[in-house]
Amino acid sequence: MEKHKPVVVVGAGPAGLCAAIELKKAGAPVILLDENDKPGGQLFKQIHKFFGSREHKAGTRGFTIGTSLLDESLKLGIDVRLETEVVGVDPGLRVWAVRQRASSELIEASRLILATGATENALSFPGWTLPGVMTAGCAQTLINVYRVLPGKRVLIIGSGNVGVIVGYQLMQSGAEVVGIVEALPSLGGYGVHTAKLARAGVPFYTGTTVVRAEGVESLERATIAQVDGSFKPIASTERTLDVDTICLAVGLTPSLELSSLAGCRTIYVPELGGRMPLHDEYMRSSVQEVYVVGDTAGVEEASTAMEEGRLAGVHAAWSLGYMSDDDMKERVDETKQRLNALRQGVFGQKRFNAKARIIQESQLR
Amino acid sequence: MSATERYLKTKGAPSLAELEAVGMLPKLEDLARGACLCIECVEEIPCNPCETSCPNGAIKVGDPITNLPVIDREKCTACGLCIPSCPGLAITMKRVQGDRATIRFPWEYVPVPVVGDEVEMVDRLGNVVCPGKVIGVNAAARNDRTLVVGAEFAAEHVLSVISMKRKRS
Amino acid sequence: MERTNRVADHVVLGPAPEVEEVCIYLDGKPIPAKKGEPVMSALVAAGVTVFRHTAKGSPRRMFCGIGRCTDCVMKVDGVPGVRTCVTRVRDGMRVERQEGKGSWAEEAADGKA
Ligand SMILES: Cc1cc2nc3c(=O)[nH]c(=O)nc-3n(C[C@H](O)[C@H](O)[C@H](O)COP(=O)(O)OP(=O)(O)OC[C@H]3O[C@@H](n4cnc5c(N)ncnc54)[C@H](O)[C@@H]3O)c2cc1C
Ligand code: SF4
Ligand code: SF4
Ligand code: FES
Repeated sequence: MEKHKPVVVVGAGPAGLCAAIELKKAGAPVILLDENDKPGGQLFKQIHKFFGSREHKAGTRGFTIGTSLLDESLKLGIDVRLETEVVGVDPGLRVWAVRQRASSELIEASRLILATGATENALSFPGWTLPGVMTAGCAQTLINVYRVLPGKRVLIIGSGNVGVIVGYQLMQSGAEVVGIVEALPSLGGYGVHTAKLARAGVPFYTGTTVVRAEGVESLERATIAQVDGSFKPIASTERTLDVDTICLAVGLTPSLELSSLAGCRTIYVPELGGRMPLHDEYMRSSVQEVYVVGDTAGVEEASTAMEEGRLAGVHAAWSLGYMSDDDMKERVDETKQRLNALRQGVFGQKRFNAKARIIQESQLR
Repeated sequence: MSATERYLKTKGAPSLAELEAVGMLPKLEDLARGACLCIECVEEIPCNPCETSCPNGAIKVGDPITNLPVIDREKCTACGLCIPSCPGLAITMKRVQGDRATIRFPWEYVPVPVVGDEVEMVDRLGNVVCPGKVIGVNAAARNDRTLVVGAEFAAEHVLSVISMKRKRS
Repeated sequence: MERTNRVADHVVLGPAPEVEEVCIYLDGKPIPAKKGEPVMSALVAAGVTVFRHTAKGSPRRMFCGIGRCTDCVMKVDGVPGVRTCVTRVRDGMRVERQEGKGSWAEEAADGKA
């Protein structure tokens, strides 16, 4: 019977952890799978204090939030299977998982919650394959998780929160940030983040792009130039900076592999990272038994990822008969209120509108 | 507020005029009266640890959480608890006494400063403004690893100084 | 080892934790590594800037750091094409820079047996 099969959650980042915690609390059998040997997803790279309110653990460092979610999942006795990569899903909700790149198993799920996060975008320009050019996330993993510095003089491409946060953290690990380049006319990240770099003397180059990277066996120089109205570099404005590292922070794209295998319909929403699965107000995809939460359902933040995970966890538990109608309603309303609070202001409103569009679209089809 | 927002969104930090426009530049008489809390958080972001960290209810963000923080100077006791709570490192405390000014600011770089260090005070764009001296370093556990550094410098620079220059290792 | 890119002290992360050291070999040369870290970080710590060359001879290091892009592949214990960013070090591990796709053959190169 459906109720006795486990709910399978793929991805143990903030979204997946919160979904699994809600399910377990409601008494539903749940299995949480992640390819890494440590759960937490992006959170363990995040050593800065998060924004948000007290309910979102604001003012707490990302890795501390990760640790407390882990503790909670351990206390609840959630079946977490690490070093387990999900390589396939079929429409009958059978999940094909490969353990330690060696043994594979097939799990029959009652519900599937996909919390697989997003992938960093690349940017190609002459010389971008040179050693020393890497994604911002790569540099962040090296300095904050493994504590090694990939370079001493860093140029960052992209002024969104990821670029400025990683820039700040590179300085905390002892590097120099020689500049942050932004193609748009104004900086993308929160002003309080950019101000940390500005007061450390980091120059911001708006309306500017990277033209080429050069070096013999590894990166030695980067040339940047201002762009014209159609984002073409203006040759007369070229300037060359001595750098050994370029970090690309040019956005993330939702990871779609599993939701497409499951047959979920998609929608294109550039504000949230491109193509992503459609979902309703409970984070249910176009396939009713499959939920999508966190960055894979539109790139936002850890705080929103956690709330989306809770929403899906509660709804999935209810749909399987583990929660009363009233309890479900109450929990869903609370969670939605917190989500709405996070999607306000100059930065949040755009995401709020985009999410509303996704939900509306899912009702039309 | 397009014209005033320009500095923040091109250079990375607000100008004094941009701060003034949202009432976040302290008045000189406030600075002379006693320790004066300064918050430089001029964008609507979903954030309120400053509000919840204050034991005296002297900072209000309220609902919606994207409101800009507002200081009630009557209620503020200058305890400094809110300084390390701010994930944006946007809170400082300044004071002017005669021709000297003091500042308490958040700090997250090594080497950890030591009382007596001769340092260079910087403005919001990292330009060195004047010499300064470290007069206090608070590393209380409740700060969760954000240090609060106290420094003194010439009073005439009180509005432009925001922090000190990072030492290169 | 005099040259190291390890971060010794950090306000948020604290002083570097004591971690058992192991030894891996890059093209026969010993390189100190911390138990449990991926090959990538041991090489970056030792200042290695080139992990491999493509068939056309252009150099590569790492790019994504999380096992997605295959930029960082090297020959590890005789097996070519191993992603060094998601492969943990092991005492005595032999790591080789590969040219192109690499080969399975034991390359008795570099003057060693
Ligand atoms: C530099 C930076 C700074 C940030 N700062 C903030 C901030 O201040 N505040 C904030 O709220 N957010 C912040 N974020 C964003 C936040 O980290 C992400 O939005 C959040 O981690 C998304 O959570 P998630 O659970 O959806 O995905 P993730 O955390 O990415 O977790 C997904 C997990 O799924 C695993 N996985 C993927 N595919 C498979 C598969 N097939 N099989 C098994 N496992 C799989 C992945 O390995 C990963 O562990 C920041 C992000 C970055 C990069
Ligand atoms: S200094 Fe103390 S009293 Fe004043 S606002 Fe900050 S926490 Fe409140
Ligand atoms: S805690 Fe800091 S960043 Fe957050 S609202 Fe208050 S002043 Fe602004
Ligand atoms: S750096 Fe991308 S797979 Fe290793």
